[in-house]
Amino acid sequence: MNPFSSGTRLRDMIRAIRACKTAAEERAVVRKECAAIRAAISENDQDYRHRNLAKLMFIHMLGYPTHFGQMECLKLIASAGFPEKRIGYLGLMLLLDERQEVLMLVTNSLKQDLNHSNQYIVGLALCALGNICSAEMARDLAPEVERLLHGRDPNIKKKAALCSIRIIRKVPDLAENFMGPAASLLKEKHHGVLIAGVQLCTDLCKANTDALEYLRKNCTEGLVRILKDVSNSPYAPEYDIAGITDPFLHIRVLRLMRMLGQEDADSSEYMNDILAQVATKTESNKNVGNAILYECVETIMGIEATSGLRVLAINILGRFLSNRDNNIRYVALNMLMKAITVDAQAVQRHRTTILECVKDSDASIRKRALELVFLLVNDGNVKPLAKELIDYLEVSDQEFKGDLTAKICSIVEKFSQEKLWYIDQMFKVLSLAGNYVKDDVWHALIVVISNAPDLQGYSVRSLYRALQTSYEQESLVRVAVWCIGEYGEMLVNNVGVLEVEEPMTVTESDAVDAVEVALKRHSSDMTTRAMSLIALLKLSSRFTPTSERIKEIVTQHKGSVALELQQRSIEFNSIIQRHQNIKSSLVERMPVLDEAAYLGKRAGSSQPTLSAEKSSKPTTSAASLKLPNGVAKPPAAPLVDLLDLSSDDAPVLPSAPNDFLNDLLGIGLPNSSSSGAAPSTTTDLLMDLLSIGTSPAQNGPSDSNVVPSSAKAAESKPAPVTAPVMDLLDGLPSNASPPRDENLVYPTITAFESSTLKIAFSFEKQPEKPQVTLISATFTNLSSSTLTNFIFQAAVPKFVQLHLDPASSSTLPANGNGTITQSLRVTNTQHGQKPLAMRVRMAYKFNDEDKLEQGQISNFPPGL
Amino acid sequence: MGIRFVVLVNKQGQTRLAQYYCDHMTVSERRALEAEIVRKCLARTDHQCSFVEHRNYKIVYRRYASLFFLVGVDNDENELAILEFIHLLVETLDRHFGNVCELDIMLHLEKAHFILEEMVMNGCIVETNKSSILAPIQLMDKAS
Repeated sequence: MNPFSSGTRLRDMIRAIRACKTAAEERAVVRKECAAIRAAISENDQDYRHRNLAKLMFIHMLGYPTHFGQMECLKLIASAGFPEKRIGYLGLMLLLDERQEVLMLVTNSLKQDLNHSNQYIVGLALCALGNICSAEMARDLAPEVERLLHGRDPNIKKKAALCSIRIIRKVPDLAENFMGPAASLLKEKHHGVLIAGVQLCTDLCKANTDALEYLRKNCTEGLVRILKDVSNSPYAPEYDIAGITDPFLHIRVLRLMRMLGQEDADSSEYMNDILAQVATKTESNKNVGNAILYECVETIMGIEATSGLRVLAINILGRFLSNRDNNIRYVALNMLMKAITVDAQAVQRHRTTILECVKDSDASIRKRALELVFLLVNDGNVKPLAKELIDYLEVSDQEFKGDLTAKICSIVEKFSQEKLWYIDQMFKVLSLAGNYVKDDVWHALIVVISNAPDLQGYSVRSLYRALQTSYEQESLVRVAVWCIGEYGEMLVNNVGVLEVEEPMTVTESDAVDAVEVALKRHSSDMTTRAMSLIALLKLSSRFTPTSERIKEIVTQHKGSVALELQQRSIEFNSIIQRHQNIKSSLVERMPVLDEAAYLGKRAGSSQPTLSAEKSSKPTTSAASLKLPNGVAKPPAAPLVDLLDLSSDDAPVLPSAPNDFLNDLLGIGLPNSSSSGAAPSTTTDLLMDLLSIGTSPAQNGPSDSNVVPSSAKAAESKPAPVTAPVMDLLDGLPSNASPPRDENLVYPTITAFESSTLKIAFSFEKQPEKPQVTLISATFTNLSSSTLTNFIFQAAVPKFVQLHLDPASSSTLPANGNGTITQSLRVTNTQHGQKPLAMRVRMAYKFNDEDKLEQGQISNFPPGL
Repeated sequence: MGIRFVVLVNKQGQTRLAQYYCDHMTVSERRALEAEIVRKCLARTDHQCSFVEHRNYKIVYRRYASLFFLVGVDNDENELAILEFIHLLVETLDRHFGNVCELDIMLHLEKAHFILEEMVMNGCIVETNKSSILAPIQLMDKAS
């Protein structure tokens, strides 16, 4: 029976599998085959072992589990014949990986085969070892491999060299043993040995600097000679590819030269001549020639080459870039990315061509080119480049728009020198690809607009104009709605018209129309709608004639299924109907947002969601005043985000109690604190309004006598609430939140109680470290027998850190005649955001029986 | 580090030969990866470049009649050289099988593996001389 003409049965199986019409049929065939193979394995069938393994490899390739064949591989490897070993090793490499325990069993067979007299068997073992060896095997078998490196047979030497690569990658310490043999491999004539030797040297250089120094000293000369020989060699039929002798050897040698010449002037100088020769003489009309040129250019860029050589390299890249073959253009772009650190000027010369590549029909080329353009941008060329990119945005593929938009936004933000230009570019991006603009980008835009009083009129008019054509771009709609709400009168009265603007007439009802469309569009999401409602409220006070209409629009949302919209609608409706006298001051323009704070914050956290950023801000103590009225539930999240804009910009004061109020007041009435005047009710209302979104149900307004200046003193007592304010609080529970405890005294709680055990927690907190709580736990035995071997364990959520001190004892006397105490230190990293929670587990011996009790503690006093 | 995997698929996207080097994946991970790269590569037209970036790999692919050769490489590998390598692989298979086709590889899967093994080991190129690559395989054929 010939083991390699796999027998009819393998053919039959493949045919049966190919004949399957559905995946289910295929699975059935495979299942049947696997069952047969398993049966054969358990019968220890000798004759068909190899054939079964061949089948298994096919099944494995199709993506079915074949682990049950692993032991068969080992048996085949251990058998004497070459064909059996061959297929066994192949199976080993395909079906197993280094993580499997089975692999340890093969070490011995490998060792025997590495010492075998037959060179082909040695080759097999080397190949298998090179593909799968683990660190342990590498240590065991390294001496064998090292010995084989000194052998005679080139076929064994080359495999031993590649096997060494795997060994030093697994165990870098072994690298020094291979330095000498690796260097001597480069003196060989056989190309297989040379290419393997060069690859081994390259890996040694990566593995350790001693090896790099050693090879630099001993091999530079030899490498140059190899490259000279191979590039000047006469026609060699077996290694020839399109007129070039062994391009693969060329490329590997050039790569090793790059490692050796990097930051080393002496060896670089030694290489100059041969590199110049390769760069000028290599034919570039075939792919293979270009492959060598490409590697050569990279080497010239990597080493300390002469300037003449660098010019040569840059010129080759220029030729590549203008090549019509897309493969060549792709590698040129790839190479220019690396060249930009060496010679930025030279790369800049190709800017136009690179920009053309951004518009290529090939996604791979576009991606490379876009990344390159991003690196090319500087203060001098940002305007034309941004214009090109934005123009292209209009026609680009859908799937490319995301990348492109992100890059444009980042270029525009990074290099803008004047606000008008920045605003203009952002508007263009928003109207072309608003759906791809990330939240933090448009938030930043709003901050900038709010800080540019002379551009607000221009902005709102441009946005209004853009809105007419691009309602489908979500981010544009949001920015536009926000601006119309804030600067509506500038839109209607044409305030601050710039010279470049075209005159335009917008009536008050046009402005309201625009917002109404945004509110009622089906595609608008919750955030947009909520923003539209606020904008309408603001407009109703600015455009008095439209007030009646706005009231109707707002009223329509009273029945909205979205809780947030419904609540807003009801509250705003109440403002419009009942509080005409305070409305105008209530909906005053937003205070100027703090640009530096926002940008700093944005830079500090790469996460685009503001709510996530908020949680990392320890100074917000607002959450300790949280009341459970449902507004804090997840559906409100977009709103949190939204109004975040308004509260985050508030200057963050040192964390005094009530600083949240302070913040809001600080921006609401910047002057009132200096005048020390009594607060007007409107201040409270403003606070309330702002707090609806940010700090759910924060009961600020109930402290109606909070004076900005008094906030520091933290004297705010819950006081009778004035009637008009009460209206606003419809729907909020009227009980005042407990004032924050200044002395940080918390009640002792019973954390856990069962028939045998009671645990009491008492708390202590240092005022300067609000996040840290010291808990002392007291354990009491309620049963009538003593508990021994008592162990208390606790687990906390990820945002909490827990430190357990040793317990005072491990024996707990019966009937409460004594206690064990143990202190815990918990650090709540999200203090003020999330309450403390803990799971506990108590293990002890009770009447000589092991007992385990566990429980969850969720009744921690608020504020921990 | 060079080559991470060599995958051979037919026009329907069925895997016909696969070898992975260095990072081992579970069967399902491998299946998912193959499906993704096949979808990406087969959708491309002839005049687009032969390189596709996927996760942290770069896929260099080349089409021969109904067979696609996909080679996953590291980011700093020479893409043009890998294209050349694919061609060398095909020529070597051709020399052994004589005008190689999908069925040859399926029915002599282990031989295709042996040939590839003589060419790539642990992601590095072992040998580029077709006669040296095929010598052990021919010897074995003669012996059996």
